[in-house]
Amino acid sequence: MNLEALAACLSSASCAVTQVSTALIVGMLLFLVTSGLSLIFGVLGIVNFAHGAFYMLGAYLAFTAYALSGSFLLAMAAGALGVAVFGVLFERLIMSRVYGRDILMQLLVCYAMILILDDGVKLLYGGEYRMMGMPDAFALPPVEIAGGFVPGYYLFMVGVALAAGLALWLGINRTRLGKIIRALAINPQMVGALGINTTLLYAGVFGLGSLLAGMAGALAAPIRTLTPGMGVSILIESFIVTVIGGMGSIAGAFIAALLIGFTRAFGAIGFPLFVDGMMFAIMALVLIVKPSGLLGREAA
Amino acid sequence: MRPGPLRSGLLPSGLLRDLALALAALAVFLAVPVVFPQPALRDFLIYFFAYGLLAMSLNLLVGLTGLVSFGHAAYFASGAYVFGLLMQSGRVSIPVATLAAVGGTAILALVIGAICVRLKEIYFSFITLAFQMFIHSIIVTWVGLTGGDQGLRGGIPRPPILGLDLNDARTLYGTCVVVFVVCIVAMRQVSQSPFGYTLRMIRDNPARANFLGVNVVLMKLGIFVFAGAMASIGGVLLALFVSGAYPEFAFWTTSGEAIFMIMLGGMKLFLGPLVGTLLLQTLNHFVTIYTEYHGLVLGSVILLIVLGLRRGLADYLYDWLQDRRARRAPSAPVPEPVVKSRPV
Repeated sequence: MNLEALAACLSSASCAVTQVSTALIVGMLLFLVTSGLSLIFGVLGIVNFAHGAFYMLGAYLAFTAYALSGSFLLAMAAGALGVAVFGVLFERLIMSRVYGRDILMQLLVCYAMILILDDGVKLLYGGEYRMMGMPDAFALPPVEIAGGFVPGYYLFMVGVALAAGLALWLGINRTRLGKIIRALAINPQMVGALGINTTLLYAGVFGLGSLLAGMAGALAAPIRTLTPGMGVSILIESFIVTVIGGMGSIAGAFIAALLIGFTRAFGAIGFPLFVDGMMFAIMALVLIVKPSGLLGREAA
Repeated sequence: MRPGPLRSGLLPSGLLRDLALALAALAVFLAVPVVFPQPALRDFLIYFFAYGLLAMSLNLLVGLTGLVSFGHAAYFASGAYVFGLLMQSGRVSIPVATLAAVGGTAILALVIGAICVRLKEIYFSFITLAFQMFIHSIIVTWVGLTGGDQGLRGGIPRPPILGLDLNDARTLYGTCVVVFVVCIVAMRQVSQSPFGYTLRMIRDNPARANFLGVNVVLMKLGIFVFAGAMASIGGVLLALFVSGAYPEFAFWTTSGEAIFMIMLGGMKLFLGPLVGTLLLQTLNHFVTIYTEYHGLVLGSVILLIVLGLRRGLADYLYDWLQDRRARRAPSAPVPEPVVKSRPV
């Protein structure tokens, strides 16, 4: 515990700005991963335990594409689209075979997928840490805000994540396709009876959720070290975000992800050994006070 | 409660049969090292006992109650660590440390369970997983106490209990056999008790259980704590045997393997998870000899079994035998309808 350091940081503008920027990027990455997880759960009713592995896959795809082409734009596209395609294949070939069966089977299929992806990456890239490095386009001097320095890439990342979140929200809540997807979540038989290809939609939604995970991975690649097990910790954190924000709520995921981001960034100064504990304490508190989460619709 | 004359045919005979089977199993396990004196087999069996207790206790949640916990290894690890730390302090004997490890784990399971058992199905799975990874991160971060990544080092002393010297490999093995069999009998009794049948009702129809006045949350919490305590004994056995405790015990893959053991062994037989433990351990044993990409092989095997057989190996055999038996007796006057049996 070092609460003096925390107080000192909060009262100094430069330190506060730095930590806020860290909180924002942690929060935004979590938001992207969680909204994909939440979307898939909301529509298909399954929790994709392999979602963290998809995030890892996105990061490695971006790493490879960047190493081959040197274009960060291409790396982003490879990460996001590559994982989206992988997600569709996973849903069609594997996951769809365990719909309506025991949760145990869904869990095992995802467990197997994580093992295969983690080991597959280890086979191709080796088990050691990999660094992608900052793309040339962002090799700029950091932006100075109130005495604190924020790398330009951070601003880009937050912008992309916000845009993606907004597009997702608008797409689900304001378009015809979004309306169909919401209907699919509530009454798939009826949607099918109205002549809509639900199989295609399920695959599409799974692909979209995977795309968000892959995009988060690609965005994280320049600033994080890449390891085969990198998916697990973000998976656990996004579970916590889901519980705090409420399952199936994009806005809830956004608020909860920021909450966890700030807890991590400022906790690292004030109580470095208790950061994880703090996240779990917040989650336990939410579960006790409001089991459906901050913005969750129905009881868990 | 003393059984009346009418009940004497029911409960005690089941108990007697279980005890007779347990004694037979005890005799067989104790005889194994006499017949096959290879130390490797003995070591293999001790691992089997430890992971078998993990899988069997997890099945009290998954098969009996319908609670798919993905974080059961947390209690396995907590047993191992509490036991190891107490023994390293040098102040307590092995039985006292074991009791403390089981008690401490029960309290841990009570706290975590009180939060988790209110949640339904998949929500329950991922919160138990999240708590497990929390325990794992505590173990890895608190280097001063647990040794962090390296695990509990320096070995765990084995002072003699009542004249038994556990440093002798055969005595250690014998002790593990006894503890293992006693725990299995205890789990069997719980699963056959009225409490156990209440849990089956909760699994099959929680709303009805609720209408009948069953406190569903309390019952779930009860079995959660009991299963955690049983898993911790598996952890104690393993810590005692490997003379240490490692963060991998609490890693999510350990829970995943335990779930796979249950699935492999099937949920139709009480001892199914033990079959699964044996199969998975044998598989692991050979895979680790031939390749370092253990996950790749294990993952593919899981996918093949889940998507191909669509059930556990033991369940597959069980159904196949049932089918054969049903086909063999076509001359019976009233053919029994083939009922897809639910897990018992």
